[in-house]
Amino acid sequence: MSATTAAPAPIPAKAPRVETPLQRFISEFAESNIALGALIVFLCIVLIAVFAPWIAPQNPYDLAQLDIMDGRMEPGTVGGAGFTYWLGTDDQGRDMLSGIMYGLRISLVVGAGSAIVAAIVGASLGMLAAYAGGRTDTIIMRLVDLQLSFPTILSALMILAFLGKGITNVVIALIVVEWAYYARTVRGTALVERRREYIEAAQCLALPTRRIIFRHLLPNCMPPLIVVATIQIARAIALEATLSFLGLGVPITEPSLGLLIANGYEYMLSGKYWISFYPGIALLITIVSINLVGDHLRDVLNPRLKK
Amino acid sequence: MSVYLLRRLIQAALVMLAMSVIVFIGVYAIGDPVEILISPDADQMERARAIAALGLDKPLWQQYLSFLGNALRGDLGRSFVFNEPALKLIGQRAPATLELAFAAMFLAILVGLPLGLYAGLRPDGVGAKAIMAGSILGFSLPTFWVGLMLIMVFAVQLGWLPSTGRGETVEILGLRWSFLTMDGLAHMAMPALNLALFKISLVIRLTRAGVRETMLMDFVKFARAKGLSPRRVIGVHVFKNILIPVVTVTGLELGSTIAFSVVTESVFAWPGMGKLIIDSINVLDRPVIVAYLMSIVLMFIIINLVVDLLYSVLDPRVRLESK
Amino acid sequence: MRKLVLAATAAVAAIVAGQVQAQSLTMAVGAPITSLDPHYHQLSPNNAVADMTFDRLVNTDGKSQQIPGLATEWRAIAPTTWEFKLRPDVRFHNGNAFTAEDVAFTIARLPNVPNSPTSFGIYSRPIARVEIVDPLTIRFHTHQPYPLLPLDMTNVRILDKETHENATTEDFNAVRAAVGTGPFRVVSHRNGDRIEFARNDAYWGPKPAFQRVNYRMITNDASRTAALLAGDVDFIDQVPTTDLANLRRDSRIALSEVVGTRLIFLGLDHLRAANENSPFVTDNDGRPLGRNPLKDVRVRRALSMAIDRGTVTERLMEGAATPAGQFLPPGVTGHVQGIEAPAYDPEGAKRLLAEAGYPNGFRIQLNGPNDRYINDGRIIQAVGQMWTRIGVRTAVEGQTWAVFVGRAGKAEFSSHLIGWGSNPDGSHPLRNILATVNAERGWGASNRGRYSNPEVDRLLLASLTELDEPKRQGLVGDALRTALEDVAVIPIHIQTNIWAMRRGLAHDARIDEATRAQDVRPAQP
Repeated sequence: MSATTAAPAPIPAKAPRVETPLQRFISEFAESNIALGALIVFLCIVLIAVFAPWIAPQNPYDLAQLDIMDGRMEPGTVGGAGFTYWLGTDDQGRDMLSGIMYGLRISLVVGAGSAIVAAIVGASLGMLAAYAGGRTDTIIMRLVDLQLSFPTILSALMILAFLGKGITNVVIALIVVEWAYYARTVRGTALVERRREYIEAAQCLALPTRRIIFRHLLPNCMPPLIVVATIQIARAIALEATLSFLGLGVPITEPSLGLLIANGYEYMLSGKYWISFYPGIALLITIVSINLVGDHLRDVLNPRLKK
Repeated sequence: MSVYLLRRLIQAALVMLAMSVIVFIGVYAIGDPVEILISPDADQMERARAIAALGLDKPLWQQYLSFLGNALRGDLGRSFVFNEPALKLIGQRAPATLELAFAAMFLAILVGLPLGLYAGLRPDGVGAKAIMAGSILGFSLPTFWVGLMLIMVFAVQLGWLPSTGRGETVEILGLRWSFLTMDGLAHMAMPALNLALFKISLVIRLTRAGVRETMLMDFVKFARAKGLSPRRVIGVHVFKNILIPVVTVTGLELGSTIAFSVVTESVFAWPGMGKLIIDSINVLDRPVIVAYLMSIVLMFIIINLVVDLLYSVLDPRVRLESK
Repeated sequence: MRKLVLAATAAVAAIVAGQVQAQSLTMAVGAPITSLDPHYHQLSPNNAVADMTFDRLVNTDGKSQQIPGLATEWRAIAPTTWEFKLRPDVRFHNGNAFTAEDVAFTIARLPNVPNSPTSFGIYSRPIARVEIVDPLTIRFHTHQPYPLLPLDMTNVRILDKETHENATTEDFNAVRAAVGTGPFRVVSHRNGDRIEFARNDAYWGPKPAFQRVNYRMITNDASRTAALLAGDVDFIDQVPTTDLANLRRDSRIALSEVVGTRLIFLGLDHLRAANENSPFVTDNDGRPLGRNPLKDVRVRRALSMAIDRGTVTERLMEGAATPAGQFLPPGVTGHVQGIEAPAYDPEGAKRLLAEAGYPNGFRIQLNGPNDRYINDGRIIQAVGQMWTRIGVRTAVEGQTWAVFVGRAGKAEFSSHLIGWGSNPDGSHPLRNILATVNAERGWGASNRGRYSNPEVDRLLLASLTELDEPKRQGLVGDALRTALEDVAVIPIHIQTNIWAMRRGLAHDARIDEATRAQDVRPAQP
């Protein structure tokens, strides 16, 4: 472990030239082998998810392609359709490998989609609250309190009851549930930052408010935002799994990783481990790789950690 | 200060009012509790009687106004299912959830803070890497899955701990607590760990991030340059600074731990409020849902207030605005 | 020497432990008990617990056959009069004697339990007047000839007039009013968690095997099984089908099972006329069909024939269900001779569809709950697979019960899965599911497909006032046969009720799903 991190950063062979911020960012990011590895793993996962319809042996969401007679087959069994179920099948005769590939799509869409939108909404509101202060601040923060005091599960149940089950609806529910975390975090940091000298200096220079917020305040609020976003993506994916566990998430005919785990969970005690074990592993790898990347991103992006 | 407090309380009342309206409409939109509660033997006449008995025959706004009137007198209605005052039901279940949540938060800080401190001080060490990897696992694993794994390993395979339920209780102040008996603690160990896992990871990460940032700050460099012992630098100067985010998040998370212990409680058959609320949602027991949410909102508002007050004590740069 | 002492100590310890175990029983049930008031909420788990504390005039055995309870005999002495002879020398837990006064009081209380979401008043409604002949004889005068009165009495737990005159539901829940004549006394009650019982040593009937019973509620299926495997509880109900195969192999565990009375079936849209659109039926391109194919009996029969019930029960239910063509299993009063589970015949189904004018099928959505019945979400997916195979492309939507049941009640679906836990009399499903919706008569309250057949209604009406039991059964049977041959609903299977316990215990399985401590005893060595 220590050897990998101690490995010297690639030294530019040629004479130093002026680096663009992006290049600097990339070279800094590449300093950590673990993060780089995680990024590669994550990109592979994204590729699998994107190309699932072409590479999966079966469309697990098409009832016509499933055969209940192939249900709960052990990994490596050849099924009625003539191909091998390398990771076994679930109770409906759904090929777990295909199920995981398709499930990755849903988990990623749900996790990333909800986190990105929630981050944008939450961070904007949090920033606005901190910068504008006064009544705006009060209203936004009371809204945050209102949201945070609403148990996730109940918000989700109500929203999904209004809208019905479905991937989009789960994403909407997660956004509604999560934006407040970002708003609160960003406001907290921004409150501290805006009293710092550099902001006062910028204000003295009569820079436009928008410029102060986006060029000065926002970058300095990024590190905690990234920490929260990292946690929230992981959390969104896990939350979706939990909603499915409680019977509220995605439709039962289009299982996400979470729903696959939840389905297999009932078989855990009976030794049919593969139904929930492999989706669990896939979920774990996904979340861990996202987190490793996010973790390192935070170190790289943090202006105060710069040498 | 008192003006500030008063304003916060008025805001709190408004939030609770808004909440009750939303819940009323929300539950109304989900479904009809009578459809769920009614027995298969019931005919239409019996159905009409049940609807009237539960006060569901009146228009929604009328139901809401009568609820509001009673609420102002401290009566949040009776459970459709249990025919007991909703607040009493919640009060009966609250100790179980509270002790579980506090145990989880206690575990989180007990384990998370030292680990995070260590990882932050030696960020490149093997130990730190292992801790961080562990923390990533901690919030990657879905709670229900970890819960079942714990039961499988510690109760079924090894037989060390009881699988589910709450242990022996002792009555203090009219409420039943289980953390004072050995049996109670044994029952609490797994659910508390299950609930704490995510919080431990969170505390580790926050502490580590805080330590790493603080260590690079000028005042720390200055303190070191002055020749203060590392123990004093870390114990006083660094520690005080990293406490801010840790306190905020721990405070906020306490509320969410209590509110969201639903899954842990249902996996471990822990008879707390979380289980009550999920059961109540399943049968659309509106009085309990409303009363539960009001209590949770109140609790959150208090926690937020305390966190904000602590904030201003810990970090003088943040001022409570009282105009 | 030391070894010997150790062995001896161990042996003594084992004997002592064995005795302690024989005296107390820890049970875990999957459904929460919402109240100890036996007249508050008509809910099977509540009724099961009520049966441990209270008695009924007419008890039921494991097969739901009527047996004497607090009444030793009963008969109709006139078309509108039932007479019950009461059991002498019965005492309540607090020592009060049981008399006809108590029965009269109980009947009067039934409709007057405040806030009851499902009142027991439906069982007192047919009774016009109660007449106490002597302390051990009581007569019920009904508005009309009413053959089902003894059946109704199997749902009514008898209270003590003196104790319960002013008792509220809260008093029952707080244990102080939970006083009956039953085999167990309630010792303590923690809402939603556990109820502790002690044996009533003065019980008039067979003495229960256990002195103390700890009745716990563990709603999560996996946790309940885990608790049994870990030895924390001795006995569980609602064994998840996913764990069955393993538990059968486990030498530490014994199972007890019986085919129950809960039918899982599909309801179909009979509400929209033949020339109207059914909400979730379209042609193969997703456009409105312009007619409701489900009004054609050939289509309904085809959909029924397309279902491979054997595969559903063997693969999905792991054997914990029996394919069914009607509401009640053989051996129960309401079972109709000669109606078998429809045979699996996909080719015949396709032919029928073609005959009905749908050679290429159509599209439909099948709705169902996914948290109510055993494997409900899995069953609708399997049915979806099977329907798709005969050309009826099926989308499947599973919802939480809270959302599903409201929509189903408004007949919003084209096809839906639902269950019916019947009492042993065929008139029960007939009146509630197959009869034309009629609020005045109280018919069709659970007829969520809005099936309507005048012939069925006529037979039912005739049966309701028929006091001659064989004749009444004939009418009910004919009505059921008529509706099922018309494929009013598509029966799938009847669930098997399964309990699991540590080896060394024995249990008398009940078809009514009730989990009661008096049915458990140490196994004979």
